[in-house]
Amino acid sequence: MIRRVETALEERTGGSSFLRSALRYVFPDHWSFLLGEIALYSFVILIATGTFLALFYSPSTADTVYQGGYVPLQGQEMTQAYASALHLSFDVPGGLLMRQTHHWAALVFVVAIVMHLMRIFFTGAFRKPRDLNYYVGLTMLMVAVFEGYLGYSLLDDLLSGMGLAIGYGVALSIPVIGASFSTLVWDGPFPGSDAFFSRMFITHVFILPAVLAVLITIHLILVARPHHTQFADPGHTERNVVGLPMWPGYALRSIGLLLSVAGALVLMGGLIQINPVWLWGPYHTYQATNGAQPDWYLGWLIGALRLMPAFDVTIGSYTLIPNPFWGGVLFPLGVFGFLFAWPTIERRVRRDRRQHNLLERPRDVPFRTAIGAAVFTFVATVFFAGAADRAFVQLGVQYETQVWIYRGLAIVLPLVAYRVTRRVCEELRARELTFGTSSPIRRVRRGPGGGFTH
Amino acid sequence: MRRGRAELLVAGLLAAAALAACGFVVVYVVDVDTQLLGLALGLALLALAAAAVIAGKALVSQEISTEERPDFTDPDGRARAEREARELDHVVTGGVEEISRRRLLGTAAGAAGVALGAAVVVPLASLGPAVDDRLRESPWADGVGLVDENGLAVPASHLETGSFLTAFARGSDREALASSVVVVRVDEKALSLPPDRADWAPEGIMAYSKICTHAGCAVNLFRRPLYPPRAPGPALVCPCHYSTFDVLDGGSVVFGPAGRPLPQLPLRIDSRGHLIAAGPLSGNVGPAWSGVRQS
Repeated sequence: MIRRVETALEERTGGSSFLRSALRYVFPDHWSFLLGEIALYSFVILIATGTFLALFYSPSTADTVYQGGYVPLQGQEMTQAYASALHLSFDVPGGLLMRQTHHWAALVFVVAIVMHLMRIFFTGAFRKPRDLNYYVGLTMLMVAVFEGYLGYSLLDDLLSGMGLAIGYGVALSIPVIGASFSTLVWDGPFPGSDAFFSRMFITHVFILPAVLAVLITIHLILVARPHHTQFADPGHTERNVVGLPMWPGYALRSIGLLLSVAGALVLMGGLIQINPVWLWGPYHTYQATNGAQPDWYLGWLIGALRLMPAFDVTIGSYTLIPNPFWGGVLFPLGVFGFLFAWPTIERRVRRDRRQHNLLERPRDVPFRTAIGAAVFTFVATVFFAGAADRAFVQLGVQYETQVWIYRGLAIVLPLVAYRVTRRVCEELRARELTFGTSSPIRRVRRGPGGGFTH
Repeated sequence: MRRGRAELLVAGLLAAAALAACGFVVVYVVDVDTQLLGLALGLALLALAAAAVIAGKALVSQEISTEERPDFTDPDGRARAEREARELDHVVTGGVEEISRRRLLGTAAGAAGVALGAAVVVPLASLGPAVDDRLRESPWADGVGLVDENGLAVPASHLETGSFLTAFARGSDREALASSVVVVRVDEKALSLPPDRADWAPEGIMAYSKICTHAGCAVNLFRRPLYPPRAPGPALVCPCHYSTFDVLDGGSVVFGPAGRPLPQLPLRIDSRGHLIAAGPLSGNVGPAWSGVRQS
């Protein structure tokens, strides 16, 4: 039966030899290699749930009076966008499950990408020939963060409106072209025209997902062409790949991972409430709420905006570069600029233009690991600064005091992280040299004849 | 795990997945409940996941295999890569070989591309000053009345010291950033407005734009000290990035990232005791852009 299908396929596509080598494709095994797969499978769930949501969502800012199933908002004036999000949550069977699963999947998607990026960075997997693919991955991270921001902005509840206002402030702050650029995007001054929501919608549900799908395809091809990297375990060389073949073992495990991700996300979507938009109420430009926080992957940007001291570049009494530019544009550009530049920097520093298929343990390249830890610490400090208002409520430390502490920490902690990481890496290596973990400890016995055996 | 037991376990898990999936359908039909739906579908997927993983680990061959990596750099490979590149080059340029003035055409095509790109971009410049004008539009002028959220005029006598009210320019679009203001009333003796604003706050009543000059959120927190000796003076605070504006001295920034003061609206009280504007706002509303005045 299977033979007949195979023959039929071969006669029509000539793909048997490709399929054969694909099924024998070898996957080296390490838990950290699964992070990218989790991102991929979250994307699958995002597409599936997002398609469902798009069948009900309406990207319209036309006024409507809410008459749906959520009693406290009945009779309130709101946009159709917000009303359709409420309708989806309360009156479409299974709608809230889909919406919450979609939101959780978005959060997990970006977590998985960031952890995958850290794995790639700290094990040197970005080195030639994979530097090109590393750039593709970084681009996807940027697209994913922007895609997430658009996603929760579409709902037009109070929080998403505040997020859009900040986005507008940041767009407006781009030197020289900011005013024209943001007016172009919003189709007028904030809050913009009806067209703005249509633009966000088509960007969120079609343009960016299509971009991501294309980039994912390129990413996977560029993984498969030189085959996956592996750690330098015994029997692993630069020239071979050791691991489980695709069929049947790896395929089943990977399907298991896909289903695990799907299962976990659906469980979270069903059981753990997220972004209850009906509690925030509709957005108006003249309304705001205290203690507002964005989705986690924008925490570093709100932290940067809050941490930045009041400083504008001015010419006479006119503004040239407004404040939001520092935290909202320059900071993320700097972080991504560093990540994009790193393979080139490392190639120069180490004078190493060779091909690399074996991964390096973080401790074996102390300078890279230490610099990576410093940059990560910097971003993480700024990230936590974004939650200082919550810390004020929880711990009672004055907000102003916290901001000053964080400003100091953002400078000091990265330096500390650099020194400590470098030291730890070197100590770990020194220990290995002393105790020689590469040659296992052997028990030596003296036999009855006086000789030694082990 | 013994093979037979693993097979039974996988079969059991598949059955459990089927059962849970049926449960999802039943819940959907009988009583749509988000938690139960999530539980049923989530567990079905996880049972299927477990079945796949166990099958992958215990039922099928676990042989580890070694595969040669395609080497992009070995001498043979390099020679092949160069040959491939030459052939590709031949295909790319060969098709246009008979054209003798290739460089001329290439340059001309480049020039056409650049010019066309410029032609597409340049019309954006016409947005230039007009954009600025749109961002500077404001409904406020001498004599424009303040109305509350219900569209009613705001009597000065209704505002107590320490009170905080959102108001709009009569007849304006409330969603326009320049329309909304916050009206606060403070002790007249505590005021320290600049000399040219001395008459902007009748009876200690002041109005400021409600839109933060940092990133455009609504300034909706009024910090009023209840214990004057210990707390700082009354201030308006934006909840997005905690820019804090001094109410007493005309909206200067006392904390946070905002680079410009909050624009103040001069007020007067008309013959019926209602608040009306005595002139336009003192500066541009909302987030700054290149070319806006600092104050």
